[in-house]
Amino acid sequence: MDFKKFLPWIIGAVVIFAIYSWVKGINNTAVTLGQTVEQSWGDVQTSYQRRNDLIGNLVNTVKGAAEFEKGTLTAVIEARSKATSVTVDPTNITPEQLAEFNKAQSGVSSALSRLLVTVEAYPDLKANQNFLDLQRELASTENQILTARTRFNEAVKPYNTHIKTFPNSMFAGMFGFKEKAYFQAVEGAEKPVEVKF
Amino acid sequence: MRIMNYELQIRNSKIFKTTFLIFLLFTSLSGFSQFTIPEKPKEQTSVYDFANLLSPEEKIQLEEKLIRYSDSTTTQIVVATILDLKGESIDVVSTNWAQKWGIGQAKEDNGVFILVAKNDRKISIRPGYGLEDKLIAATCGQIIDYVITPEFKAGSFYKGLDKGADAIIEVVKGKYKGTRKQNKQGDFPFFPILIVIVILIIIFANNKKNGGGNSGNRGGGGFDLADIIILSSLGRNSGGGSFGGGFGGSSGGGGFGGGFGGGGFSGGGASGGW
Repeated sequence: MDFKKFLPWIIGAVVIFAIYSWVKGINNTAVTLGQTVEQSWGDVQTSYQRRNDLIGNLVNTVKGAAEFEKGTLTAVIEARSKATSVTVDPTNITPEQLAEFNKAQSGVSSALSRLLVTVEAYPDLKANQNFLDLQRELASTENQILTARTRFNEAVKPYNTHIKTFPNSMFAGMFGFKEKAYFQAVEGAEKPVEVKF
Repeated sequence: MRIMNYELQIRNSKIFKTTFLIFLLFTSLSGFSQFTIPEKPKEQTSVYDFANLLSPEEKIQLEEKLIRYSDSTTTQIVVATILDLKGESIDVVSTNWAQKWGIGQAKEDNGVFILVAKNDRKISIRPGYGLEDKLIAATCGQIIDYVITPEFKAGSFYKGLDKGADAIIEVVKGKYKGTRKQNKQGDFPFFPILIVIVILIIIFANNKKNGGGNSGNRGGGGFDLADIIILSSLGRNSGGGSFGGGFGGSSGGGGFGGGFGGGGFSGGGASGGW
């Protein structure tokens, strides 16, 4: 048996295998990190969805108890329906999509803030147990939103670093991994709606 | 080469810029993190009275009550008191704190974290994911406003926390059942055993070769002194060591059985002042 004849083949096979497992590692890590991002995006959507659900209840409670400017209530409802119409594809979160989503949701935040300020003038409402509980739920949801957003950004960071650093960046494009967008602090969105009791 | 270097420099400066931007973003999102959450403690128990709001007896009473509760339900209720939030939101701090320590079991996410900030006169209750359906925010808020803070106002932190814990236990009653968990045993030492096996194979292979040849130093197929020393020290490090540690740990007694399990927190819950 001529060992020397086979040596180049063996070396070649080993090198190919090494390269294959290296590239596979890059790809699989990107997939895993990307899935974490998608998961945390799910939490972001759930928390905003929850706020939208609560707004429905809040509007009904306020409507029944207070006869003030209809404008404030309508503004909240409109902002909410606008926000629900913005959808983001979790597998491909582009900066534009995210910015649009962010803008729509911060529209809800500011309309909601105005509503809660106006409510301050109605002592009956503030003594209403149902309304108090709604406010507690709302405060909790605002903190969930904040938490989900922070965790989303924290999940995007290692993913982006992974696909953007050399040499991984050479393969990331080949496999179709795109940079994911961060939540930018839009006016009023970085701060949760302040719910006063 | 020079061109490559230049490209690398650009890339590096880009990376620097993005990390800097990310840094800015995070600090603007979470505010400047001045309050640092304590590291997950070695001794994982139910009461951490950093602000000394409880007398030693009160602390032990509350601690044992919550540990007993955890022993029968695996639900971990943890109370921590601090002096000052240093300007941060108690909602954010308590959420991150509970998440960092991993209170509750990982699978059930059945932890509850209660944080009291003395100087800010604020208290927060954070249920883990698994308890959010029972301890909804409205309920947490009611416990704070109608059970805990009236006692705080009256001057007793212990009464407030004790009654608050009772109220929480009442609300989540029946959701989880279980028995006290053992503290972590040392993992079975696969890796050291693998090394021992590999070394044994090498030694035997060598011995075979030597036996076939005529290097008279080694008689037959026995170990030489060096082999024996290596083998015996490996054995002592792996098997003996970890098992000893495991048994020692489980007889410790204090704290939660098995420590914090790694439960997660969404940020739901309520906070209030007194």
